Amino acid sequence: MDAILLQILNGLDKGSAYALIALGLTLIFGTLGVVNFAHGALFMIGAFCAVVLSRLLSFSHTIIDETRTDFLGNPLKVEVPYLHEWLGEGLGQTVIEWSVPLAILFSIPIMFAVGYAMERGLIRHFYKRPHADQILVTFGLAIVLQEIVKYFFGANPIQTPAPPAFAGSFDFGALVGLDPNTIIYPYWRLIYFSFAVLIIGAVFAFLRFTTFGMVVRAGMADRETVGLLGIDIDKRFTLMFALAACVAGLAGVMYAPINAPNYHMGMDFLVLSFVVVVVGGMGSLAGAVLAGFLLGILESIASLSWVIDYLPGINQIVIYLVAIIILLTRPRGLMGRKGVMED
Amino acid sequence: MFGLNRNDTLLLIVVALLTMLAPFLLNPFPEGSSLAQFNGGYPDLMQRFVIFGIFAIGFNILFGLTGYLSFGHAAFLGVGSYAAIWMMKLLTMNVIPAIILSVIVAGLFSLLVGYICLRRSGIYFSILTLAFAQMSYALAYSVLTPITGGETGLQPKLNDPRILDAAVGSGVTPRANLFGIEMGTSWQMDWNGWVFTFNAGYYLAAIIMLIAFYLSIRIFRSPFGLMLRAVKTNQNRLNYTGVNTKPYTLAAFVISGMYAGLAGGLLVAMDTQVGPERMFWTASGEVVLMTILGGVGTLIGPVLGAGLIKYMENILSKINESLLEAWFAFMPDAVSDVMVTLLSLFVGKGWHLTLGLLFMIVVIFLPGGLVGGLIGGGRRMFRSNDRKATRKTKSNQTPPTSQTAE
Repeated sequence: MDAILLQILNGLDKGSAYALIALGLTLIFGTLGVVNFAHGALFMIGAFCAVVLSRLLSFSHTIIDETRTDFLGNPLKVEVPYLHEWLGEGLGQTVIEWSVPLAILFSIPIMFAVGYAMERGLIRHFYKRPHADQILVTFGLAIVLQEIVKYFFGANPIQTPAPPAFAGSFDFGALVGLDPNTIIYPYWRLIYFSFAVLIIGAVFAFLRFTTFGMVVRAGMADRETVGLLGIDIDKRFTLMFALAACVAGLAGVMYAPINAPNYHMGMDFLVLSFVVVVVGGMGSLAGAVLAGFLLGILESIASLSWVIDYLPGINQIVIYLVAIIILLTRPRGLMGRKGVMED
Repeated sequence: MFGLNRNDTLLLIVVALLTMLAPFLLNPFPEGSSLAQFNGGYPDLMQRFVIFGIFAIGFNILFGLTGYLSFGHAAFLGVGSYAAIWMMKLLTMNVIPAIILSVIVAGLFSLLVGYICLRRSGIYFSILTLAFAQMSYALAYSVLTPITGGETGLQPKLNDPRILDAAVGSGVTPRANLFGIEMGTSWQMDWNGWVFTFNAGYYLAAIIMLIAFYLSIRIFRSPFGLMLRAVKTNQNRLNYTGVNTKPYTLAAFVISGMYAGLAGGLLVAMDTQVGPERMFWTASGEVVLMTILGGVGTLIGPVLGAGLIKYMENILSKINESLLEAWFAFMPDAVSDVMVTLLSLFVGKGWHLTLGLLFMIVVIFLPGGLVGGLIGGGRRMFRSNDRKATRKTKSNQTPPTSQTAE
């Protein structure tokens, strides 16, 4: 029982990442009708926003410390981050350690700008083109973005730790009244899950309760009629693309402490995110989120040792197996709409 | 000739000449010159050109004709490879039984996968095929290790049974051969500093590719091919007229799966080894990109796309900075430094950047891929000439209907 609960919890963080990426993909697909293979790259850029900010904050210069000497008797040279001088040692260090949460604020304008530029500069010209062309051009873009990041940051993963306040783990079992020391869960994963729920809630609330969101939903249902009513729907869809880029970017920022960012992390997530989107049903936001969490948790449960003993190799294929079963029993995924992307 | 019309015969002859003369054409630079780096005429790369050409031709029969985008074709290539290597381990190092078995096994596997996946269309079909391929990959990696060799893969060993080869004598390192002609045999021709390599394996693969190409032309021009195009244009309407499209799409799927198996068998015939990474989704994605890059639904496009991607993968990735410095040594230091830094972004380890940019440029400026874009451009030019001509003569003839010859 606790083992299953632990695996469900372990599946939550990966499920959250799937859900956030799939949400963005569905948003783009539902509004613009574009299959965006560069979405994984946006996730990756988000993670590197965290890397950049933590490097910027710990930017330092060398000063000579007269009070201490090294083993040769010369005055010691120490690297002192500028922040320590400007804000004082204690506050400066805290700010540096909190670089990942701060990167949320830092990444929003960047991701928004990247998404906006991408849509206006490239994707816009591909609305009417076949899906094959969209796949090729966005895949090309993803490779280019990946290589640029690789050029600047190298091919190795870059450790980006969470703030020390959240670094440890806590006893989740004791918290809910089970035996202590059975379910030990890292703080940051819980934070990642809560953050994902918050973002997903915010996106849904935005679409449901604002006039802007209402217009966008109307545009998703019938683009032409909304255009006839004198509303510049293209402009709003561009903003939705930027918003989807932000969602993917934020998912990446917060994922950096869980998995050290490297240049191909986007590709690793991309294929599974597409499976998630399709299992959820093309064009259904709720379906994407549901399928994201479902597949993340299933993947985690399937790696339980007694499950593997019973069905060897199941942990590797469970996502695909479930995807096949769902697609064969429910033709349009869990919550798909009729007539979307079936030709 | 061979039941083809004039244009297709011409195309087949041109392709046959190009593949037969490839050792000359791909080695335009003399050995030892600074541009010899760009020579693609060595056996390993030439074999890859034609083998992945076969893979892409087969993929195009499914994707180009029916519009069903399979994201799991590498699975059939991998299954074909495993079948071929087992034939080599158990029966004989002769490549013919290996290749035949790889085609049959891949065909049966694609029949099973196709039967299930073709119940859905559009992106749902793509994801189903992807799921099957990824499952094959994961299983080959883990549970099926006794059959697939797991992470290390399989290669022929000295102490394999090889029933038919037993008479030949054991203790000899097993090499793939065709009735005694080893696949690795090469004959080199030296001519005024040019070195041309003629490789037995390449010519076997090239001849098989020509046969495969000929069959694909026949399929494209047949009533069956017409039916597949109808599926692509409007499957619903076809269903309403009382046609059951499933046998047609399934046949196309199995044919393209057999092409993939053939390519897999040939890969094994050339390098006698196989590993599960051959079935990974990136391999499936690669053939999709080859086909789209060359031109979906065109006859020769996929072969060109496969050649271009394989050429870049093998040639661009080998260029390093010291080579670049040697090229720009004649320039002033400041200029050459800038050039080297700039170009080293695009070659060597960064060749993927060039690939990505190429994808984007081709899609943006040549819709329909290399072949589709060029033909479309040419046709547009001719049509505007025609229109001018008709306007001049003021005759109201109907505009010349353009042939759909690709």
